[in-house]
Amino acid sequence: MNNSITEDNKPRSLFRSKGPLHLTVGLLFITTLLVTLGNLIFPESSALHVSDYTVSLLGKYLCYALLALAVDLVWGYCGILSLGHGAFFTLGGYAMGMYLMRQIGDRGVYGNPELPDFMVFLNLTELPWFWAGSDSIVWMVCMVFLGPGLLAFIFGSLAFRSRVSGVYLSIMTQAMTYALMLAFFRNEMGFGGNNGLTDFKEIFGFSLQSPNTKLGLFVATAVILALAYCLCHFIVKSKMGRVVTAIRDSESRVRFVGYKPEHYKVWIFVVSAMLAGLAGALYVPQVGIINPGEFSPLNSIEMVIWVAVGGRNSLYGAIIGAIIVSYAKTRFTAIMPEAWLFALGGLFVLVTLLLPKGIAGLIPSIKQKFAKPTSASQANS
Amino acid sequence: MHRIFLLLLMLVISGHSHAIETDGIGDNHSTLTSLVNQLPKTKLRKMAPLIKQISKTKEPLTRDVLQFMLDGELYFLKANKHVVRAQATENRLYQLTDVLSQETLNTVKKSQLSKIKTNNSLRSTLRNIIAKIDLTDDNKKIRLQAVQQLLSSPSKESTAIITELIDDEKDQDVQILMATTLSLQQLKAGNFKEKIEALKQLGNTLEPTVKNEIVGLLSNLPEKELTTDQQTLKDALNSTLGEIEKRASFYSAIETVFFGLSLGSVLLLAAIGLTITFGVMGVINMAHGEMIMLGAYTTYVIQLAFPSIIEYSLLIAVPAAFLVSGSVGILIERGVIRFLKGRPLETLLATFGISLILQQLVRTIFSPLNRQVISPEWMSGSWQINPIFSLTYNRLYIILFSIFVFVSLLMILKKTSLGLHVRAVSQNRDMARALSVKSDWVDAITFGLGSGIAGVAGVVLSQLTNVGPNLGQAYIIDSFLVVVFGGVGNLWGTLVAAMSLGLTNKFLEPLTGSVLANIIVLVGLVLFIQKRPKGLFPQKGRSAD
Repeated sequence: MNNSITEDNKPRSLFRSKGPLHLTVGLLFITTLLVTLGNLIFPESSALHVSDYTVSLLGKYLCYALLALAVDLVWGYCGILSLGHGAFFTLGGYAMGMYLMRQIGDRGVYGNPELPDFMVFLNLTELPWFWAGSDSIVWMVCMVFLGPGLLAFIFGSLAFRSRVSGVYLSIMTQAMTYALMLAFFRNEMGFGGNNGLTDFKEIFGFSLQSPNTKLGLFVATAVILALAYCLCHFIVKSKMGRVVTAIRDSESRVRFVGYKPEHYKVWIFVVSAMLAGLAGALYVPQVGIINPGEFSPLNSIEMVIWVAVGGRNSLYGAIIGAIIVSYAKTRFTAIMPEAWLFALGGLFVLVTLLLPKGIAGLIPSIKQKFAKPTSASQANS
Repeated sequence: MHRIFLLLLMLVISGHSHAIETDGIGDNHSTLTSLVNQLPKTKLRKMAPLIKQISKTKEPLTRDVLQFMLDGELYFLKANKHVVRAQATENRLYQLTDVLSQETLNTVKKSQLSKIKTNNSLRSTLRNIIAKIDLTDDNKKIRLQAVQQLLSSPSKESTAIITELIDDEKDQDVQILMATTLSLQQLKAGNFKEKIEALKQLGNTLEPTVKNEIVGLLSNLPEKELTTDQQTLKDALNSTLGEIEKRASFYSAIETVFFGLSLGSVLLLAAIGLTITFGVMGVINMAHGEMIMLGAYTTYVIQLAFPSIIEYSLLIAVPAAFLVSGSVGILIERGVIRFLKGRPLETLLATFGISLILQQLVRTIFSPLNRQVISPEWMSGSWQINPIFSLTYNRLYIILFSIFVFVSLLMILKKTSLGLHVRAVSQNRDMARALSVKSDWVDAITFGLGSGIAGVAGVVLSQLTNVGPNLGQAYIIDSFLVVVFGGVGNLWGTLVAAMSLGLTNKFLEPLTGSVLANIIVLVGLVLFIQKRPKGLFPQKGRSAD
């Protein structure tokens, strides 16, 4: 276990300013504003123009950042290394995908107003019971939170109550997402088999093909990410969050003091799963497809590496990590696809060996370098 | 002097006896020759007696001659009435073989040949004669085959032959099969009483022909208004069919057990290396699957490098794969894992990174396509135990081999000083270090050993599936589950867990399909871990985390 006391735990930080919060939200706001202006105002010939492609790419990265935030919340602050967050993300995505699928209406290939194309293809005559209500927005929003949340609640309360922890838990979460992947690949599940859900036409009445909708989705993702960041910040700083951090550092002591660690763990796990589901729901309309491949264990592990690269002791680190690694992936797979796995693998090894606190861990040490010697000695005391 | 005389005497005697023998053969042989030479001249209706005469020669060639005749390959040259075997080749030419000397002759056009004619009754006579020759053969296999042949195409004559021979038959298997053939014939052609009698006899057989016949008879019976006899017959048929099916389902259950055990053996081999590294060092090696993959590729490379000794390639591949994977394992331990002591989650991530690198490396070197590893002759084929139940050799060897690996590992851990150190470190690292056990060295060796066994598992897997870069990934989650289920660091636990997972999977498969079986097993395990978080056989100790 990592017993080192991080900066957040020092008594001084109880009264620390909300520096990172303001900075992160501010940066997000400025980026969003710039991208929006760049996309809308500047003509395509201008150097300051931001293309539609870039907008939806950035939107995708922001979804990943939200997902990384969710992973960081459980891993960085509660010490639960979940290798199954891809499952929550994908479940949220499927909830959104089902809604979008129903919005297609009779514009599908088979033109059936009730049934999505793949169901007609499978010779179904009526909607399966779990698709009931999937055409309403309220239902969709509920399912985005309920699906992942319920799974996390069941899994978490079973696992944490019997004190499964450490690598055992990681393996169990990986097995969970693997099982879901196998299940969703089956046509009989009623979620489109290995093709998944795709060919979406519109969201809330706006065409998904139009650049304005894409920009809107990007802005919405940024806003939700900012809100989620505030929420996580609030959770981490709250009394509950402090217990959670204490559990990370020494679960037994927390238990001996009289808390019930499993309750806190389940609670933080469910919140994190819901955030992941939200990220999935925002992701699907921007990329236009959701399929069982998203459940694959590799995806879930990639999320963990975002957080590891960014630094798992800070919330903004997760966001930085997700964006940097995803950007690197986009560049690498475009230039030399062969090398991407080498790079990703190398990143895993190097970050764990050389940069255990991630990029965010570098910032305090840089600060220290430039800070006055007196304040440095104060910080050390 | 005496000796020389004796030697001479022996020579004379042996030479003489040899002469007698060849004489005897020569006699029969010449009879056969003269009879065969009569074939072209004989008319169709006088052919049957001639064939009977030929069959009486009891020469090794007799059967061949008759078989050629039955197959319509017996011809004579129009020019000199010489009897030959002729087989059609390309260009409408016929390849000739001398029937008696078995020499290969030239090829000729069809116009130069004339066929030795046969008709239906002659052919059935021939068939029966050949069957009889086969049934009296010294080789048990040939006799069994001959009876099989008669069982699938029974006739009155064949029944007569079998009735004639059944009492003289020494071998029990052949005799039982003969009896079955007789009963089947009785069931087909006999009167009501005989049929009932035959059905009583047939309950013990597993031959598919018998079952088909019974099913056929049942469907031939009218649906309604059965006479009393018919009703009795129907009941008897149903009860015999029930008996046969009961036995068949018994054997299919055994077969499932066999498949389950072989899957379990594969899981055991894949997981056992993991359990000792996890047990000793408390780290999860996510690159374990890639060690398996490396072992499989080692087999592939060895077969590529020495194409002339495919038969022995596996014997070379086992130690080679052990060394390759083992040394890569030690490299990983020395290069990465040792710097991450006491941080199991980080180790998990780092080894996952290594697994990605290794996968991509193999993909770059060998191409992302699957590679085929050849199975040696002795691995293919199957052991036919009874008509509906056979065990394939490759799975059989895999079960035996995994038991061998298991026992050797057990011996290493229990009987050697290395094993003692490994157990000491896994129980209490600090105390072991205090007693001058070099824990670093033990870690490296343990890791090498675990990875080496994974390599060996790769050799085994290469015999069951294609070898590709994703080979390891397919088994890694399963082997983790085996380790978790069995209890970390416990070899017996791993054995029990691997076998029970394999069996559960194979028994669920026919009910639910393989994917759903997989899912059910996974969910079952997650639930099991709730009950016993430390697996079936947890390590005993008083340490608290």
